[in-house]
Amino acid sequence: MSKYLLKRLLLTIPTLFGAALLVFLLLRAFPGDVCAIRLAGTGMYVDEEQIEICREDLGLNKSLPVQFWDFVSGYATWDLGTSMWTGKPVAEEIGLRFQLSLQVAIMATLVASVIAIPLGIIAAVKQDTWMDYLVRTFSIAGTAMPAFWLGILIILGLLIYSQKWFGVPWMPPIEYRAPWEDLGHNLSQLIWPAVATGYRYSAVVVRMTRSALLEVLREDYVRTARAKGMMESAVINRHALKNALLPVVTIIALEFAFLMGGLVVTEQVFNLNGLGKLFVDSVLQHDYTLTQQLVMLVVLIFVLTNLVVDLFYAWLDPRIRYS
Amino acid sequence: MNRFIPRLAAAAVAGAALGLAGPVAAQTPKKGGILTFVVASSSPTFDMHRETTFGTVHPIAPFYSLLIRVNPENPQSPTDFVCDLCDGEVPKATNDGKTYTFKLREGVKFHDGTPLTSADVKATYDKIIFPPEGVPSARKAFYTMVESIEAPDASTVVFNLKHPSGAFLPAMASPFNGIYSKKDLDTHGTDWHTKNVNGTGPFIFVKHVSGAGVEGKKNPNYHHKGQPYLDGFQSIEAPKMAVRLQAIRGDRASIEFRGFPPKARDDLVKALGDKITVQESDWNCALFMTPNHKAKPFDDPRVRKALTLSMDRWGGSKYLSQIAIVKTVGGVVFPKHPLAAKETELTQLAGYGKDIEASRAEAKKLLAEAGHSNLEFNFTNRAVDQPYTVVGTWAIDQWSKIGAKVTQKIIPTGPFYDTLRKTKDFDVAMDFNCQSVVNPLADVSKFLGSAGNNHGSYEDPVLEDLFKQMNQSGSEAEQYNLMRRYERRALDEAAHMLVSLWWYKINPHRSYVKGWKIAPSHYLNQQLDNIWLDK
Repeated sequence: MSKYLLKRLLLTIPTLFGAALLVFLLLRAFPGDVCAIRLAGTGMYVDEEQIEICREDLGLNKSLPVQFWDFVSGYATWDLGTSMWTGKPVAEEIGLRFQLSLQVAIMATLVASVIAIPLGIIAAVKQDTWMDYLVRTFSIAGTAMPAFWLGILIILGLLIYSQKWFGVPWMPPIEYRAPWEDLGHNLSQLIWPAVATGYRYSAVVVRMTRSALLEVLREDYVRTARAKGMMESAVINRHALKNALLPVVTIIALEFAFLMGGLVVTEQVFNLNGLGKLFVDSVLQHDYTLTQQLVMLVVLIFVLTNLVVDLFYAWLDPRIRYS
Repeated sequence: MNRFIPRLAAAAVAGAALGLAGPVAAQTPKKGGILTFVVASSSPTFDMHRETTFGTVHPIAPFYSLLIRVNPENPQSPTDFVCDLCDGEVPKATNDGKTYTFKLREGVKFHDGTPLTSADVKATYDKIIFPPEGVPSARKAFYTMVESIEAPDASTVVFNLKHPSGAFLPAMASPFNGIYSKKDLDTHGTDWHTKNVNGTGPFIFVKHVSGAGVEGKKNPNYHHKGQPYLDGFQSIEAPKMAVRLQAIRGDRASIEFRGFPPKARDDLVKALGDKITVQESDWNCALFMTPNHKAKPFDDPRVRKALTLSMDRWGGSKYLSQIAIVKTVGGVVFPKHPLAAKETELTQLAGYGKDIEASRAEAKKLLAEAGHSNLEFNFTNRAVDQPYTVVGTWAIDQWSKIGAKVTQKIIPTGPFYDTLRKTKDFDVAMDFNCQSVVNPLADVSKFLGSAGNNHGSYEDPVLEDLFKQMNQSGSEAEQYNLMRRYERRALDEAAHMLVSLWWYKINPHRSYVKGWKIAPSHYLNQQLDNIWLDK
């Protein structure tokens, strides 16, 4: 097991290096210049001299190999560099948003899991009944509806109906406060994006839970358990569900990893100062250092999530052993 | 003129502001409260001198003072400047228009308690106008007329000019010219202000959360007695227009200072009635179409002139103003400035005549003469809805009226500027000019082929000479006449660039926000010292 773990961890090094090289080259192949956007993008008069000062200051006039070395050598000293847009340390910029994105991802995962697993079980156990059809309709609607669109509907609904019922339009707060600073404010802001993304997320998990459980319920050992006279709830919970959860856990984990940096549009809709918004801003501003580190963070999250899922498999299915 | 336009249920509020409901008793400002406002852009750093975005001005300007500023009680006037840190009236030039002597207010202190002296003003303007090598100063080029700055005593600052210049005082009122402490510059260096704030403004810096916003609290020692009225302010970054709009509707923010399109204004007023007040103004921003003079057939002035002749600006103003943030027909100068062309003069320019059919007939004739009756070209536009793509689509329709087949290439801001500045791989491109203080003598440099922000790839010694003459003239009448010749040269004879429409600023805000008056720029009147909340 420890040998397997070590091997997997060592394999992350070439993966991360490949990702670093790719993002470094792709960013520079894309036309645009952080200094031109920053100084000339507002339509005000600006001298070319000022743009050159800015480029020199940010190290953009160095050769590409030197820039790449500056980028990767920083990892040796845990120096992720400074944002080309704000001049602040990248670690500070990411750390500030990580907390919010992590909370939304956890809340959305909770919303999705609480909704999806019971519904998936019901749909499988009551296959081809009205309950199954209802759950399938719910999940198809969730898959078809983009989370950001649902988010827009939620905000407009809150504004319109709060005004209609209480005379004063209400919408969720648009500035973040940590849960330990003001829990009410925090939840009243984040519950809505968690619901909007959790619904789409749950739709995927419902479908996976249903299909995995249906497959397991047809296995011989389930028939044997029933033949022994076990209660149906025990058959489902003890024998079928645990085995059916393998692909479900994989989906939940991958969706969680996606939520950490992929809530690009939903964060804009709810004005969340998270990693997705930071990603968009850094790309639009041609902030190379920040974009590079954000991509590396997402790659790292995916690599580690996959590793954790693989290890979790062994716990769920003792037949799986790593050597 | 400050115009408050009535819409639907806001009619009473707006009508009263216009004076339609008779004299309105001036309200006594109430003290207290926190103003929350939304900002579409973010501030890269806190250094006013190196940044160019309103994302810096809106949250950071309230921490600083200026030597002179646009009159906050009359910001619609493009020529009304008042003292902020200077004492009394804005000084008149002496020494044949070449010397300006500013006396400073007494008793002004920086937020850290350091008294303000002329050394601080001199150090600030030395940093802006004569920065050490490698130190950025975004508007250094605005002060080429300044020869030297002196501080003969603790309360006097003298600016010596190389020649008289009508562009000097407006440039001095730039909202980016926050006065820094010499002690900070000497002790911490010129980068210190990128991450730190120490000014003499109405508010004291409290905190900044990157990507989220800025908070400030009242400066009890502010030099304008009795102000500010607010206890503090909070700016919230909200890049999406829908969020900013909903924030005002849901009272998460009271105001947004940049501006909304007409539809957004109407939606807010429809939803909230008299709880919303709308202020509107001409805007010191204009959209241009720049033909690439190095790309055939746009090296031929007849082709460029045909393009401008085909545009029905008066009709465009009527219809586009209903869907976009543009409205005013104008030439090279902000239309409400004394140096702007009068309508009778404007209609003499190619493309500004009221008889559009006659203009288009002339355009077709010019294209035929140039051998390009079936003109086809690409129009490069910026992927920003308001007002770029809206106006770009309108322009293509206008050009189609003279038989031109135009393909619009809409590209994101980064590659867009790369195309304009570096690759020059375009036929005709959208371009814009958006300045803060209305300063036509400086602003019209945009039309010079040699200007850093001109992308037309042309040289025109006639235009360069007229520009030089205007900027070295001390006579307003002479400046006006030279400006007309400059305008005719740029827009008609050589048709280097096509001015489409000037922008129109619409600021719907919560009616309890009082004291703020709309200016012709989203950079101006943002110190917030005269705002109060009627709650």
